[in-house]
Amino acid sequence: MAEVTEDVKVEAPKEPLFSKKNRKLLSDPLTDNNPITIQVLGICSALAITAQLKPSIVMAISVIFVLGIGNVVISLMRNIIPSKIRIIVQLIVVAALVIIVDQVLKAFAYELSKQLSVFIGLIITNCIIMGRFEAFALGNGPWKSFLDGVGNAAGYGVLLVLVAFFRELLGSGTLFGFKVLGDPIEKTGLYAIGYENNGFMVLAPMALITVGIIIWIQRYKNPALIEE
Amino acid sequence: MSLKSTLHQLKLKYKDKKIAPAFNAIHTFLYLPDEITHSGGHVRAADDLKRTMNTVIMSLIPCLIFGMFNAGYQHHLATGEIQAVANGFFSSEFWAFSNLTIGLWKILPLVIISYGVGLGVEFIFAIIKKHEVEEGYLVTGMLVPLIVPVDIPLWMLAVAVVFGVVIGKEVFGGTGMNILNPALTIRAFLFFAYPTWMSGDKVWVHGAVDRANEIAGGAQLDAMSGETILGSLAQGKEMSYSILDSFYGFIPGSVGETSTLLIVLGGLFLIFSKIGSWRIMLSAVLGTLAMGLLFNGVVSSGWISEGSKFYALMALPFWQHLIVGGIAFGIVFMATDPVTASQTNKGKWIYGFLIGFISILIRVFNPAYPEGVFLAILLMNVFAPTIDHYVVQGNVNKRMKRLKLKTA
Repeated sequence: MAEVTEDVKVEAPKEPLFSKKNRKLLSDPLTDNNPITIQVLGICSALAITAQLKPSIVMAISVIFVLGIGNVVISLMRNIIPSKIRIIVQLIVVAALVIIVDQVLKAFAYELSKQLSVFIGLIITNCIIMGRFEAFALGNGPWKSFLDGVGNAAGYGVLLVLVAFFRELLGSGTLFGFKVLGDPIEKTGLYAIGYENNGFMVLAPMALITVGIIIWIQRYKNPALIEE
Repeated sequence: MSLKSTLHQLKLKYKDKKIAPAFNAIHTFLYLPDEITHSGGHVRAADDLKRTMNTVIMSLIPCLIFGMFNAGYQHHLATGEIQAVANGFFSSEFWAFSNLTIGLWKILPLVIISYGVGLGVEFIFAIIKKHEVEEGYLVTGMLVPLIVPVDIPLWMLAVAVVFGVVIGKEVFGGTGMNILNPALTIRAFLFFAYPTWMSGDKVWVHGAVDRANEIAGGAQLDAMSGETILGSLAQGKEMSYSILDSFYGFIPGSVGETSTLLIVLGGLFLIFSKIGSWRIMLSAVLGTLAMGLLFNGVVSSGWISEGSKFYALMALPFWQHLIVGGIAFGIVFMATDPVTASQTNKGKWIYGFLIGFISILIRVFNPAYPEGVFLAILLMNVFAPTIDHYVVQGNVNKRMKRLKLKTA
């Protein structure tokens, strides 16, 4: 009898792929542990490229790709990376992935890659990525790391798209380039009654203020998030 | 039943309800409330927040009235209905009723929107956050219509007021907690959001924009010019107003900032009622003059060619910087805001001086922002706590040294 119980202890119960814990890894960063609104990481790119929806979505997808794959790679290597040079190894992994993204964009979406300019390259320095490598991938298995990476990048992406939605709508009167509020030059739609685009929304400070307002609303709805 | 007792009944009736702060606010604003302490050893100073605010508003009223006359005067001058007044502050051409009607028609709505929207936001926040309505908006609400062009669309002003009060003040905790001057936050928002309505050569005179649109539509009319002195100087043109005119305020500009004479009178009133800080005003004037002198020196020593785009503004005699544009208004009514300015006396000197200094710097070197004063004040608002910190620390260090000398 004793031998049997020992066997059970050695063979840890196999966790299903989408167990509750794993699903939490994916969904938590979208809301209550959002990298931008709660951890306040990755703000710089959120300010720079959210003037329009299209580049923000491309940016979000790029970061999901880089962080998802990067987390898996780091997690697979976690036992062989000497801890003294782990930052350098992490940087090389991100850099390689970012170069792939950059080249793909240049090949298939040249206009967008021009619009995003250095900010694709700057994904390397995005604090969320290094943060997840350090805090999660180095200590967890590949599947969990993948979920965590995709979750965090998606949380970042959701906020990017949210900010870009308001900035493009109020700043340029368009969504994905479609003139949803009417034509400002022909004076149709809202513009016919004297509405004008808010030029401030296109500038970076308003991105910061928009993020601030989102943080405000989120904490107002969930007071548990307010720090002392 | 009188209004006062009605209010009192309403207050008692809604005492524990959410809406209570709204009634309390109206009651305190109109009457001296009964809840004050009548006995005991308290310091009884008459200058509470309400009194302070009212004093500032009183000093602003002349500028507002002048602004109303000036709006009509500039309009009629540009349409060619009247001739320019001869030098003299009390000319009947200027103080004409026909000028006032245009002013009332254009500027009263600005005042109403400013107060209506701003106080509305304050009331909503007071009810949500369950505190009393604060008097903080009374002065802001009067300043806002005075620092915008006459023709600004009302909805833009309303949007900007909501932004300024919420982001500039309420998120920091309301009256007395704000980092930035709310009135200037509102102006900065308008300036960056709707630049076509806040700068250029048309918006300063009522009707000039409409006239330009009509001409563009093919109407046979003379164009109306509404250029400000600074605007034309920034483009390298000559200033076409006499110095006395710009001192009296018979020039295009934002509603209440044109008359340096009335601003100086308002400033003296603030100084003698001890509401505004004379240190800030004086040092800001000194800063303005210092920067102006510096630029005049550059011009007279021939370091800048006449073809340069900075030449016209640099060559403006240094003291004239004080009478054109909004710098006088900014120094007297904006820089002295007790919440956002430096608190220490030494800090006030530094703070004021840098406001004048940076205003002229922006004015000369950035032709797109000839009105640099509002940016300079906002910048120094941000730095005011830092200045205070170092002044206080410097004092602490000095005393520590003295202590060590004594004990050693």
